[in-house]
Parts: sequence; C-alpha cells; structure tokens
Amino acid sequence: MIDDSRPIFVQIAEMIENDIVDGVLPEESQVPSTNEFAAFHRINPATAAKGVNRLVDDGILYKKRGIGMFVATGARAVLVGRRREEFYEQYVAPLAREARKLGIDGEQLADMLARESAASGGGAATRAKEGAL
Amino acid sequence: MSAVVVEVEKLSRNYRNVKALEDVSLTLQQDKIYGLLGRNGAGKTTLMSILTAQGFASSGDVHVFGEHPYENERILSRICFIRESQKYPDDFKPVHAFKAAALFYRNWDQGLAEQLAEEFQLPMKRRIKKLSRGQLSAVGVIIGLASRAELTFFDEPYLGLDAVARQLFYDRLLADYAEFPRTIVLSSHLIDEVANLLEHVIIIDKGRILIDDDVENIRGSAVNIAGTAARVESFTAGRTVLHREGIGALVSHTVEGALSAAERREAQELGLELGPVSLQQFVIRKTLDAGAPLGAEPPADDAAGLGNGTSARKHARTGATR
Repeated sequence: MIDDSRPIFVQIAEMIENDIVDGVLPEESQVPSTNEFAAFHRINPATAAKGVNRLVDDGILYKKRGIGMFVATGARAVLVGRRREEFYEQYVAPLAREARKLGIDGEQLADMLARESAASGGGAATRAKEGAL
Repeated sequence: MSAVVVEVEKLSRNYRNVKALEDVSLTLQQDKIYGLLGRNGAGKTTLMSILTAQGFASSGDVHVFGEHPYENERILSRICFIRESQKYPDDFKPVHAFKAAALFYRNWDQGLAEQLAEEFQLPMKRRIKKLSRGQLSAVGVIIGLASRAELTFFDEPYLGLDAVARQLFYDRLLADYAEFPRTIVLSSHLIDEVANLLEHVIIIDKGRILIDDDVENIRGSAVNIAGTAARVESFTAGRTVLHREGIGALVSHTVEGALSAAERREAQELGLELGPVSLQQFVIRKTLDAGAPLGAEPPADDAAGLGNGTSARKHARTGATR
C-alpha cells in the first residue's frame, strides 16, 4: 500500500512493475486506467497518471489510442533484469549489515540461505548467495 | 499546459490592526486539486472569501477566470464556496437548498445530489436548523459536489462527519473529479486524510504563503533521522533542522532536503534510522514556530548543502526550532 517514504507516482509504477514480474499482469494484457488506479488507491488521478506514464516512457507499457494501456512484450524480462542488478544493493547489503550486527558470520549466513533455498525449492536464493559472498 | 483559473497579486487584507493576509501572490491552474493548509487564523478562510467575492481585499489584485469577481454574475455562477458553517434560511430543508443551488449552478446534477443524499443518509425533508452538525456538513458537501462548479472551494467541509462519511466524501470527490475534471481547493486540518488526494499544496502561515508546491516535491523534501545523539548531530550538522526531539541517548532530527543515495547509505552505515515525514508532520514542523514574535523575517538563504532547489527552499525559515 501507499506509504510516505517515496513519491506516490513512484510507488504506483513499482506496484504495476511487481504485478508484471509476478505474472499478475501478463504481457499484452490491459492494465487498469489511471482513474481506476486513483479510485482504488484513493490518490489524485494526476499522480496515478504520472506513475503510469513513467512506465510508458520506459517502454514497459504502451498506449493503444482510445482503448487503454497494455503491457509490452518483453517487459517482464526487462524488469527482472533490472531488479537483479538492484538486488545486491536492496537486499543483500542490508542483510549482511544486520547479520554483522548480530554476530552471524558469512558461513552461517550462507547456511541459512541454503536452508531457505531448499525449503522453498527455488533457485533465486542460491543466486543471491553467490552475489553476496 | 493548464490554463490559469485564479491569479492573485500582492493581496493584503487588514482587519483593524490585524494583518489577516499580507502580500499574497499565487495562481491556481485549471483542473487541479489544491490543498490550502495552515493553522487556525492563518488566513485560509479570508483568502477563499476574497476569491469568491464574499470578502474584500485591502490591497492587491484578484482575477478569477480572467475577471474581477466582485458582483460579477458571469464569474460567480462558475464558483462554488462551501463554508465550514454555511448558513441557510431558517425554514429551509435540504430539498430547498438543492433547488436553490440547481437554479444558480449551470452544471448542477440533480441525480448526483439525490444519490449523495441517500448515501449520506440525509433527511431531505427535515428543516436544516434541526439537522445534526454532521448532517449540516453533508448538505454542504453534496452542494459542493453536485454543483460541478469549475472552481470549487471546500473550507473544512467535514465538521461533525464521522469517519465513514468523510471517506465517502473523499471517494465521491475523486470519482466525480475523474469524470468531470475541475479546479478544487480543499482546506483541511485533517491533512493525513486528504494528502493523497491533492496535487498541489499551499501552506499559509500568519497571512503569508509559506509553501506553494506540488505535493510530490514536498514529499521527500524532509526526512527524519534517528539514532544516538552524537552520530545524529554530526550527520545533520550543516543542514536545516526543522525539529529535534530525544529520549535518553536517542535523538530524532527532522531535516529539510532530500538525501542522496550515497547519504542514505552513509546514514545506514552509521546505524541511523531514516524515516519518512508525512505531509501532516511537515506542515506541523514548518508552522510550529507560530509562537515566535510576529514580523520575524525569514533569514537569508542559509541552506548550504541542502542539495535541491525546490521552491520549498525559497521559503526556508529559521533553521533550528525547538
């Protein structure tokens, strides 16, 4: 939900990006209109439009005149690639910082990540470990 | 891009020896939602009264839709001003008030008025005098929305409205604005409730404009920094500290100006907690020094190291307030 930490239009753009990455909004599907975003999040329509337009400028969404906004083909791959680049700064660095504070050494941290990866059966956590160490 | 709807130049209003408004200049653009914020007695209602020709300026110039609003029927039928304590004739019922509004406002939507009356559970055939405070506010809110005036002022329209009714008001306002864009000025003390509805904010303090900026520029133009006293002090040295508070060895500073990514990282390395400042907190911090002696001029721009050049900076006031 909307919080005070960053501009609202940035948060709207990120929410749409999340939905694209998660597959909630598949490529070539229509995204809600800015007025629908505004009503749902109870924000100014101009702010919602600014968030959506940011993604249009980015090539993530495109406009079909008179119909609405759609997710561009290839958008998901672009977003996933960008998020991987930010992954270290956003997740690994704070994780390592907190671990240091608590006296958890690198090996223990790696163990934890391996355990989490095994539990969820995904490969993402393993890749994160490689980035961190 | 947007046309100018209201233009105010060097407007002042004196009541005997009280300066209610002093040298106020501003413009309102078409189809934006403005927040007019400030403390009690700051001059908000005086300003709105003058813009709607219900009050007179002592000096200065006011143009609404490019013309002087005084006794200007052409202009006034395009303006709706919902006062905090709107007075109605003694024997009026809501149904009469709506009929009168329908005659006056050319965009009046009777269907919307009736729908809203139902949603607000307003007794249409009870005398307005006998309505509760909340129901009286509902009458104003409904007229303000259903008039669809090109320029609509809501002066603290929510008195007595419960949380459900206020939410209803905000939702209907957004929905109707999305369908029929128009210029709306919302004066409110419940800043957190309306913050996300606004596109532009005007903060007025002691008759002067303190801040006139887009909400998005104001968000993130201040940040809370908390941690041990020595570290916070050294980190915030040279910045404009709007507010300080502390508990034991821990202190929290509200500083003006956004932090760069590098500064954020530095703060985190130092173990400092960074927190957002809501619009409401920001307004409180900026107008808190209202107890200071009147006539204190804002100091010359001492905001070295402030990073950004938003217009908020232009109005930066005394650095450290306690």
